[in-house]
Amino acid sequence: MDFPVLTTILLAPIVGALILVFVPRDHHLTIKCVAATATGTSLLLSLYVYFSYDTAVAGVQFVERVPWIRDLGVTWYLGVDGLSLPMLLLVNLLGFAAIFSSWNVNERPKEFFILFQILVTGVMGTFVAQDLFIFLLFYELVVIPIYILIVVWGSTKRVTKEYAGMKLTIYLLVGSAFLLVAVIAVFVKSVAITGVPDFSYEGLARVAFPEDFQRFMFALMLIGFGSLISMWPLHSWSPDGYAGAPTAVSMIHAGVLKKIGGYGLIRIAIYILPAGAHFWAPVMAVLGTAGVVYAAFAALAQKDLKYIIGYSSVSHMGYTVLGIAALNVVSLNGAIAYMFAHGIMAALFFSTVGFIYEKTHTRWIPDLGGIAHQMPKIGTAFMLAGLASLGLPGLIAFIPEFTIFLGAYKVFGGLVVLGIACVIITALYVLRAAANTLFGPRRSEYDYLVDIKGPELVPLAVLGTVLVVGGILPFLLFDVITSGVETLMASIEHVVQVGRAY
Amino acid sequence: MGIDFSLLFPEFLMAGLGFAVLVLALLLPAGARRGLGPITAIGLLIVLGGTVAMWGHQGTLYGGLYIVDNYATLFKIIFLTAAFLVVLGNFRYVDEMGYHTEYYTLLCFATLGMMVLASAGDFITFYLGLELMTISFIVLVALRKFENRSVEAGIKYVLLAGMSSAVLLYGLSLVYAVTGTVDILEVARTVATGDLTPGLILGLVLLLAGLGFKISAVPFHMWAPDIYEGAPTPITAYLAAASKAASFAVMVRVFLAGLPGLWEHWTMLVALLAAVTMVVGNLVAIPQTNIKRMLAYSSIAQAGYLLVGLVTVTEAGVKAVMFYALLYVFAAVGAFTVVSYFSTFTGSDEIRDMAGLSQRAPLLAAVMVALMLSMAGIPPLAGFVGKLYLFMTVVEGYLWLVFIGLIMSMVSVYYYLRVTLVMYKDEPVDPTPIPVSNPVAITLIICLAATLVIGIYPGPVSEVTNVAARTFFWPW
Repeated sequence: MDFPVLTTILLAPIVGALILVFVPRDHHLTIKCVAATATGTSLLLSLYVYFSYDTAVAGVQFVERVPWIRDLGVTWYLGVDGLSLPMLLLVNLLGFAAIFSSWNVNERPKEFFILFQILVTGVMGTFVAQDLFIFLLFYELVVIPIYILIVVWGSTKRVTKEYAGMKLTIYLLVGSAFLLVAVIAVFVKSVAITGVPDFSYEGLARVAFPEDFQRFMFALMLIGFGSLISMWPLHSWSPDGYAGAPTAVSMIHAGVLKKIGGYGLIRIAIYILPAGAHFWAPVMAVLGTAGVVYAAFAALAQKDLKYIIGYSSVSHMGYTVLGIAALNVVSLNGAIAYMFAHGIMAALFFSTVGFIYEKTHTRWIPDLGGIAHQMPKIGTAFMLAGLASLGLPGLIAFIPEFTIFLGAYKVFGGLVVLGIACVIITALYVLRAAANTLFGPRRSEYDYLVDIKGPELVPLAVLGTVLVVGGILPFLLFDVITSGVETLMASIEHVVQVGRAY
Repeated sequence: MGIDFSLLFPEFLMAGLGFAVLVLALLLPAGARRGLGPITAIGLLIVLGGTVAMWGHQGTLYGGLYIVDNYATLFKIIFLTAAFLVVLGNFRYVDEMGYHTEYYTLLCFATLGMMVLASAGDFITFYLGLELMTISFIVLVALRKFENRSVEAGIKYVLLAGMSSAVLLYGLSLVYAVTGTVDILEVARTVATGDLTPGLILGLVLLLAGLGFKISAVPFHMWAPDIYEGAPTPITAYLAAASKAASFAVMVRVFLAGLPGLWEHWTMLVALLAAVTMVVGNLVAIPQTNIKRMLAYSSIAQAGYLLVGLVTVTEAGVKAVMFYALLYVFAAVGAFTVVSYFSTFTGSDEIRDMAGLSQRAPLLAAVMVALMLSMAGIPPLAGFVGKLYLFMTVVEGYLWLVFIGLIMSMVSVYYYLRVTLVMYKDEPVDPTPIPVSNPVAITLIICLAATLVIGIYPGPVSEVTNVAARTFFWPW
């Protein structure tokens, strides 16, 4: 058997967390270095996996299979394909960057970094699992560390952090209850049909479930994954949750945790229940567009920087849902690439806002102004993230966004036009926030501010590079994704294309 | 056919241990009686070893009065594990409370009662085991006899246990009246061939009610919170983990082996009981401020989950009940050990007094969180797999039950997290660290390790419970 590289990637943060248990609690620098080393190891290995993945062969690679629970047909089945690979890379990029965004956490850092590493492992696990049971193991592993991280290290502004943490947790758990019901029902049904218990995605996807069963189960999964991806109207945990969370958690949460929802919809719900997906696609499209419009207007009305990003991420996830709903190669390509792009820019945004808040102790836009004079590097990061999120060509988000519109327009027509129109609103609130925060006359009360330096520059360097490189060399991303999407579509095409006039 | 007494080996050992502890306690001077704790623990470990060695040996004694099969053996292992962990984790508590003799002796006899219950093949044996267990518990609950709450709990337990026994006996006698036999397997045969009479249905309902008391299913749960709160904490742990498992052992035997012919008359009833129990247990746990009461309501909710396994009358259901009962032992005993150790130090059972526990005793806080989340069914802890097995059995035909069960598990996360919040976020009023003694640390680590291992790699335990479930239906 080859070197189990995926398990190593998964376990590196856990090992880091275990080492941290034995580090004395007041050795802050050691703690942070251990955490950075652990996530750095995972990042390097996932970069290796990303670039040595063979897109010509496609399919699931770097496979590891160990029988796990025989009577349930569960295998410890890890592997990556074109869908999961970008997500795996994304988690590790953000995990690494987030450690440095939290460099100034000096209140109980030991517990903070232990919980954070568990969180990163959980998120990674959901992306590399090829077995539904293993997916679930990791899926809910993330909820509890997030809750503790928010209530202990979060900030109380518009809502208390206890409220934010609990709201987020309840939403995700109730969503996951729906998901669990669907998973159990699908599994039991598959055993009834085939007689062989098999929890792997491929195994379940081969089963021909009856169509009305698929519709019902897809609806349950849509609620589960939809609340995770903050699909309107299940989104309301998102802005509050991000506002309450500490920077690193906001980064991971907005950056990748939400993407588990989109990834799960594609990789699990659509792959296993294509007829259900076909049935619910128009509903998803309407909800996605509603989310785009609603959240864009809501963001327009916010004055707290974190709420602006919170709502903008709901709005952006609406585009992803729209892309997923269109169910064709182009739109799915766009949706996945957009998830990657959004992860990078949202994380950079939250990281920057985190630094601004740390230094000025406010996120309230009317209180800020002209801080680019004192902190030009923060200004650069802010502008990079902002311009990417409004879809400026040359940065990472433009091509994915465009691809989604291209793919979805063929299917939904007018609805997409509405979505495209909201790009203007996005530009409006992003530019206005940037203008009022960064620019304008120099304000002397902020002269004491010190720009980010040393370790604090790492998030900007890492994420900024990806933003630019992904914009200039989009094929790095799209080659991998296309190979995954084409494999997926090949297995479900016969179902989703039937009876479609367009 | 001769009687193979070697099948009763674990019971003999257990009874021997009980008497040995009693005699030893009378011989020892009062000051040396604290030594009984380690002795009982070692004794229980030996009995546990003897029971494990019985795995695979099967047969019936006294013409079906007593059944020894893998099903019974597995349940005995569960009770003994619980007893061992309860004893190991609470030396200090008992030293502080006193009454070593009564505590350790009666604990052994309560365990013996449970073992008899698990093997009962006959209504008489069943009742005998039940009373041996219950009467021992009545004394144990009221052990702190100078404390009002403990005495009150004892009185309540006497009254309610007596009443539930009466209901149960009435049910048993009705079933006997109709079928003309007290042998559970014989009952099954008669019921399968005979006609349905109102007397039988009434007997069935009374049986369900009587056992409902023992497992604290809603609406027969009223006694549980008061008694759990008033009893000495180790006894609460033992009540919640082992006594509940024992009642389930016999309940499964009576309903699935004795009355499967009537399944269409009781499965819906059990499903409704399960649903109500899950909802009420979890919702009422939310406003509790006392950790023991909260865990009491949570244990009511757990009974609801376990009931789900009975609904389908299948091997998978029996397996799921055993799997869940096993993992719940670790969760409940571990959590109550934290509570009892905490209260010997601070004298408090209030949730708010646990503030900052993560800084005062990181091990206690971390174990508590993990075990509570296991009860809530959060992966990768054991409770998740347990619930998966349970709900998998009812997903076809009782989808609504799955919905209620899983949504209620998520609701339960709310009150478990509230405790987590107090332990992790709040600053301690009194920041002095709580040193954790070795036996307690070992108990907690065993509970935590078992919960993690069963959760992450449930394969072996699942195989064992499969074997036990298969032999449960072996005579047919």
